[in-house]
Amino acid sequence: MKLSRNFLNDYIDTSNYSDYELAEAMTMIGNEYESIEKLSSATKIVVGYVKEIKDHPDSDHLHVCQVEIAPGEVTQIVCGAPNVDKGQKVLVSLPGAVLPGGEIKKSVIRGQESNGMICSLTELGVDPKYTGETREMGIYVLDKDAPIGEDGLKYLGYDDTTIDFELTANRGDLLSVLGMAYEIGAITGTKVKLPETKVKKEVDDIKDYVSVNVKTDKCPLYLARCVKNLKIGESPNWLKARLMASGVRSINNVVDISNYVMLEYGQPLHFFDHRTLGNKIIVRQAENDEKIVTLDGQERTLSEQDIVIANEDGPVCLAGVMGGLNSEVEEDTTEVIIESAIFNSSNIRRTANKILRSEASSRFEKGIDPKRTYMAIDRACYLLEKYAGGTVVKGLQKYDTIDYKENIIEITLDDVNSLLGIKFTNDDVLDTFKKLSFDVKVEKNKFIVNVPSHRLDIHIKEDLIEEIGRIEGIDKLPSTLPVTANTPGHYEDKYYFNKLVRDRLTSLGLYQVKCYTLTDINSLNRFTNDPKDYITIASPMSEDRKYLRTGLLPSLINVVNYNTARKNNDIMIFEDSDIYYLENGVTTQKSLVSGILCGTLISNDWHKDKIVIDFYTVKGIIENLFEYLGFTNRYHFDVVDLPKDFHPYQSARITIDRDVVGYVGVVHPSISKNRLYAFELDLDKLFNVKVRGIKNKEISKYPTIVKDFAFIFDSDVVSSDVCEAIKKACGHILDKVEIFDYYVGENIGSDKKSIAFKLTFMDPTRTLNDEEVMQLFNKAIDSIKNKFNATLRDK
Amino acid sequence: MKEKQEKIRSEFNKDLESVKTTADLNDLRVKYLGKKGLITELTKNMQELSIDERKEVGRISNDLKSELTEEMTKLENSLKEQELNAKLVSEKIDISMPSTKVSVGGVHPLTKICDELEELFISMGYDVVSGPEVEIDKYNFEMLNLPKDHPARDAQDSFYITDEELLRTQTSAVQVRSMLKNQEKKPFKIVCPGKTYRRDADDATHSHQFMQMEGLVVGENITLSDLKGTLEEMARKMFGRDREVRFRPSFFPFTEPSYEVDVSCMKCGGKGCNICKGTGWIEVLGSGMVHPNVLNGCGFDSNKFTGFAFGIGIERIAMLKYGINDIRDFYTNDLRFLKNYNRIEGGDK
Repeated sequence: MKLSRNFLNDYIDTSNYSDYELAEAMTMIGNEYESIEKLSSATKIVVGYVKEIKDHPDSDHLHVCQVEIAPGEVTQIVCGAPNVDKGQKVLVSLPGAVLPGGEIKKSVIRGQESNGMICSLTELGVDPKYTGETREMGIYVLDKDAPIGEDGLKYLGYDDTTIDFELTANRGDLLSVLGMAYEIGAITGTKVKLPETKVKKEVDDIKDYVSVNVKTDKCPLYLARCVKNLKIGESPNWLKARLMASGVRSINNVVDISNYVMLEYGQPLHFFDHRTLGNKIIVRQAENDEKIVTLDGQERTLSEQDIVIANEDGPVCLAGVMGGLNSEVEEDTTEVIIESAIFNSSNIRRTANKILRSEASSRFEKGIDPKRTYMAIDRACYLLEKYAGGTVVKGLQKYDTIDYKENIIEITLDDVNSLLGIKFTNDDVLDTFKKLSFDVKVEKNKFIVNVPSHRLDIHIKEDLIEEIGRIEGIDKLPSTLPVTANTPGHYEDKYYFNKLVRDRLTSLGLYQVKCYTLTDINSLNRFTNDPKDYITIASPMSEDRKYLRTGLLPSLINVVNYNTARKNNDIMIFEDSDIYYLENGVTTQKSLVSGILCGTLISNDWHKDKIVIDFYTVKGIIENLFEYLGFTNRYHFDVVDLPKDFHPYQSARITIDRDVVGYVGVVHPSISKNRLYAFELDLDKLFNVKVRGIKNKEISKYPTIVKDFAFIFDSDVVSSDVCEAIKKACGHILDKVEIFDYYVGENIGSDKKSIAFKLTFMDPTRTLNDEEVMQLFNKAIDSIKNKFNATLRDK
Repeated sequence: MKEKQEKIRSEFNKDLESVKTTADLNDLRVKYLGKKGLITELTKNMQELSIDERKEVGRISNDLKSELTEEMTKLENSLKEQELNAKLVSEKIDISMPSTKVSVGGVHPLTKICDELEELFISMGYDVVSGPEVEIDKYNFEMLNLPKDHPARDAQDSFYITDEELLRTQTSAVQVRSMLKNQEKKPFKIVCPGKTYRRDADDATHSHQFMQMEGLVVGENITLSDLKGTLEEMARKMFGRDREVRFRPSFFPFTEPSYEVDVSCMKCGGKGCNICKGTGWIEVLGSGMVHPNVLNGCGFDSNKFTGFAFGIGIERIAMLKYGINDIRDFYTNDLRFLKNYNRIEGGDK
């Protein structure tokens, strides 16, 4: 809401407050301001009279003017504007004036002395969107009767400041200068003066001009009056300036008055040309697919949720949003029917969202005080009589179903203090209501408050408590902590589990990233053989952000690409996030943790240290995580049902207790040219794995016996199967089996591989003897020979 | 005899002077103390002597032996030390050469902020809970006193999926879930961190996806001053011990009264600077006393219970705390950006 201070000053005296003080004070009672701007920042502007004009002897476009800048005082000014002429009243900026474009100084222009500048409105700093001024139009010419020597800004009403407030959605009443005056009155303690509405003369009877027939319950109040004999013309300067300062462009005196009254009362008005409207106003809901051409020339297709004002031929106005082109006020209009009404805010909001948001709709949406509906229509008549030569027709057509019940709320001092935790007194409470002009009666301990009708936001006790806190201020509010049962705080279990996973992954060297949930169609259902029924945003902002991602890896690949493009080549990242999709049509949530790694894990070039990330690095990270989570001996990697987008021969499926929990592997080269190692784990499943508590494991006092052997296998033999076979053959005395060498090469045959195993035997209860160990060792050898068709290698 | 002894003695002194290494010393040891050494020579023809003479020779040669041994051991120790020192010198490295670093990871700065806040609130007895990002209109708006067509919905342009489902615009939706889930309607304290979404075009200060942490306390005799004290704790934890907070009246449909909360400027301490635009205060979050409609709608009798709620913008806190100017940096995930936040701060100790 752009508030003009000149406009405000008509209703309340705020002369003790600077613009900044007023804006700050309003902010502290809940009405934040965005900016403070002068309508024109120019100084030393006077009304001048062009007495003489001659062409400049050394220029083809400059003029040398003799300008009277104060009664009897003439000075020479060189002016380049094409439209400057003898006999004009003009705006002169005198030497020393500061304009937005710079300071004006006495100068000599091509040999001719120039003591100032004749200005356009734009040069004064006024936005051309309000004045319609263009560069070619030259200087601004004032009315003939402008008094020579007077302050030019004052004469035009440009000596004004606009404070732009960002209002909260509940304060529809502040979308009016009058509402602002009441609010500011609560700061200054000064009284509000109401505008003049009494017309001088009324003729005829409204009944002979128009009838009102309301056929919908979405219009609880509809008033109509008529003004005739209007003379359309320019508005007076002050009116134009006020509109400008309020962010509204001047059109003509009649249209300007309708806007002015809306700004004054917050009640949008509509003026119909009586000729085109006819004598019957019908207020009804639109029919589906009914059409109307609005003031902006656009054809709008309506539905039955929209409210229209119609005559017998069809709609003439989209109620509360915009007038119809067919009944608008034109240059030759002489008679208008004024509408002042209230429409259902939900309907207006829906129509406005669908078709067009306007100054009017934003006010209807937030609600209107019906008392102002009456005041505004009379005020419009008064202004049309005074500034547009109109004759007001006597009487008012009205349809009024409003229940004018008083809004009475009872409250006690204890209510106030026990919610705020502060010690206000009875006088503080009374002071607030007085400042806000709320009627209040005191009965015993109770305040009985009669809330004025313009405060549509106040319904309950707490609303009044807010007013008291707001107006009296809560600077002295003490700081305390809530006194509640002294119970320890907890993390939600799954949230905490997620945190543990995150902490372990970071300790393993990975960085957590955060990516957008919304994604494009190509990123859906990647890295899976189980495509999800994905979720689509109904009104997306772009194709790139239209769907809810079904996995995390595509986002991570984007992060990798971003980083490698910036030479961040060693990348170890993960994201833990929920994904959403439909399962049997129902929105389903799933938690994933995914990672991508590439580049080197450890490197120190001069020292010749280098570990390059590969499949086994990532596998190790997952094993480390799983061991931390207590899954030791329960997880397994295999190559069954590998999802697309992974390398088909360098990837693995991961299971825990035979349940698939994720995948790890090389990203398919068709997706990334860089060699990327990826994993994706189902966090929900990991969370649900039941894990026993930690039990102490005695460290054996007895020595271990270590044996090793190497075999040549067919190349498709899987090492983990061999390890399993060894464990099975040796039983519990085998403490561990490790692979310490691996070889493929020509001297063992092209489809063969050699793997060397180290077996560690140990019994925590006794010393083993060599014989029994050898027995088991040989058993393992036989088992491998039989199961894998393998050859034992000589030492 | 004496002469022989003197001769050995003086020869030994001469030899000792020319010893340069432990190897030389070994040669010396062999020469004097070896099986065929000079001292053994001394006692060679002992059987030809009388008992007294033998005694005398034995004593003299023994004394000489221990004398020489002692001096050689002394020299040996000093030689060993010299040799060790020489070895150490030869092992000198250039410690300024680059180190070998094991890679360490870290959490995202937004997680870091959440962790710090969670730690604080848990220490004050709050539970940390979460809720779904795909939320129903009823929890995200309606039960928070924001019926359909309420103008306040304008401030939160939403990503709707269907007429009833949307990406939550605020973690406040978890308020409703928590209150409904609380079957016994007992007092409680929660914070709910999470992702939220609004239909804003991304630029330096707007992001269609961002994080919030909602706080909610419901109990008997909960007051606005409790909210103030709580938020002061928060502000001091995040922005330093000297921070003050102030409340500015505002409007949120689900709280009444509602306040914007300002924290005294962390840069200038309240004197006024470019960060606080000269006001000395920085807006950090919205809060208020839970609206009776919300309490009653969730089964908490507003005649018995009151409560406060606040919503912290995690990005905003991070941007203020670290001086980050572009909100998009959080979602670009440049590793150089992420790595910058992988350490503790003075206040963490």
